Amino acid sequence: MKTILSRIKLKNQYLICVVSVGIVASLCLFTRSFLDHKVVGYILLVVVSLLAMSLDILPVLLSAVLSALILNFFFIQPYYTFHIYSTEDALLLVLFFIIALINGVLTHKIRKAEKRLQIKEVRVNTMKLYNALLDSLSHELRTPISAIMGAIDTIQSETISISEENKGKLYLEIEKASLRLNHQVENLLNMSRLESGVIQPKMDWCDLKELVYNVLDHLKEDLQFHKVVVAVDDTLPLFKLDYGLTEQIIYNLVFNASQYTPKGAKIEVKVDYNPDVDFDYNPDKSMSCLITIADDGSGFPEEEIDKVFDKFYRLQNSKTGGTGLGLSIVKGFVEAQNGTITLENREKGGSIFKIGFPALVINTKEISNE
Amino acid sequence: MNNQAEILVIDDEVQIRKLLEITLDSNGYKTFFAVNAKEGLLAAANHQPDLIILDLGLPDEDGQVVLKRLREWFKNPIIILTVKNAEEEIVKALDSGANDYLTKPFRTQELLARIRTALRNLVQKHNEPIIQFGAVSIDFTSRIVKLKDEILKLTSTEYNLLSILVKNEGRVLTHHYLLKEVWGNSYSDQTQYLRVFVAQLRKKIEEDPNRPKFIITESGVGYRFNTS
Repeated sequence: MKTILSRIKLKNQYLICVVSVGIVASLCLFTRSFLDHKVVGYILLVVVSLLAMSLDILPVLLSAVLSALILNFFFIQPYYTFHIYSTEDALLLVLFFIIALINGVLTHKIRKAEKRLQIKEVRVNTMKLYNALLDSLSHELRTPISAIMGAIDTIQSETISISEENKGKLYLEIEKASLRLNHQVENLLNMSRLESGVIQPKMDWCDLKELVYNVLDHLKEDLQFHKVVVAVDDTLPLFKLDYGLTEQIIYNLVFNASQYTPKGAKIEVKVDYNPDVDFDYNPDKSMSCLITIADDGSGFPEEEIDKVFDKFYRLQNSKTGGTGLGLSIVKGFVEAQNGTITLENREKGGSIFKIGFPALVINTKEISNE
Repeated sequence: MNNQAEILVIDDEVQIRKLLEITLDSNGYKTFFAVNAKEGLLAAANHQPDLIILDLGLPDEDGQVVLKRLREWFKNPIIILTVKNAEEEIVKALDSGANDYLTKPFRTQELLARIRTALRNLVQKHNEPIIQFGAVSIDFTSRIVKLKDEILKLTSTEYNLLSILVKNEGRVLTHHYLLKEVWGNSYSDQTQYLRVFVAQLRKKIEEDPNRPKFIITESGVGYRFNTS
């Protein structure tokens, strides 16, 4: 209420003051015969106070002045003049005016202080988020940079002799570090693309079977110690999705699974077509394309499941790496294509990500027969 | 190795130039460098290189414009360097005549492989009537495709798609280009045809259609036929 009223234009605020004071005063006018003018003064004070709670200072001052004048003109004898006979009434009017003014000014000040507090709170939260980002970023970027610089120093060192075998190992470390750096920069760029709202999905017909295998091929180094199972039917239709975004979604989820499950763990990627979609009548069931990515690792701590898609969120005892951006990028890319994503722990252990897209579908049989 | 092919690198980043100088030089290529579009166009005209590596992000002129101006007369291969997530830019460059692209950061081994392919295609223009890759052979005169000496039954669309891919071996062909060439101008947006027929073709010629060795997907851009 407060926020809505304070957004009202100043001109309309004056109007509201005049109208509400006017209405209340004319209602009181009917009761003038049996209601004391002191009571009317209190009623008008309440009106001014109520206005002060939601409107700007100037319209409130106007209503204070206006109600004082009305009180004098209509309710203090003699009626319909600004003269006042008794000193008591004159005092009443002056007191009324002062209280109304103080009331208005104080309420205004309180509201201002409240607003300042709110802004401060937002600022504190932003700072917290910013610090979290800086923390994880500096760690995530500095670790590989340290590895690269350190390895090169050792290789170039003139004081120690280093075996060819160890040199080879150092080169491998440099390679790994630069790949990690690249991955993090990629994540940051994707996040800023999402944040700035420049992502406009380019919907085109996608062969998700091809896409899944393509992603797995890119990740084959990371997956060499995992059992990867792909369940995609040969009759899977084409879906109208953004190829690049969908690729990144599956890439991040499978990459995560490869990093956070032990060697030998099973990772399953499944794509299903839901033929029961009814785009027109049942929007809840309109997810025609269902993608699930599951693993049999240790799963997520139940109390943290709701937070994993939050920006910069990292599991309490996560072992290595990660800026906490991967999953929030996944969520952003899913939602950019009007899809939904959920995470659950499986009964037998491990976790399962379920993605649904309300994508247009085309049967491949129809095309190949043309 | 002594290729003695001449390569012009147009890139404003000194570190990239240094890297390419060492890499190309130690692989026996003769290299020239230009640091901006103006110098690049001039160097291309003066040296008439066998291949140009062009960075699309140049300080003085849009790389796409440079590419178009080069293509007005320059017939040899052009490989462009660009950043990731720039599919539209890549497609545009390929459609204006770039032969291949690499996104930064790139691996030098990958770059060398692309250079070799582009230069090989420059020498042999694929005039042979029969081309062989893996266990597959294509006889262009009789339009017969064989897999391990057995004739493969291909529909005419499949054959047309395969032959255009093979004839442009190593080159990235955009979705638009393939659709136009195989299905006709009015089909240039109908990617569903390409998706379905590429899948069908892979089933027939690839050992493992899910892990293709010949018809390679270039995400969001197109397809490349690989034999190496």
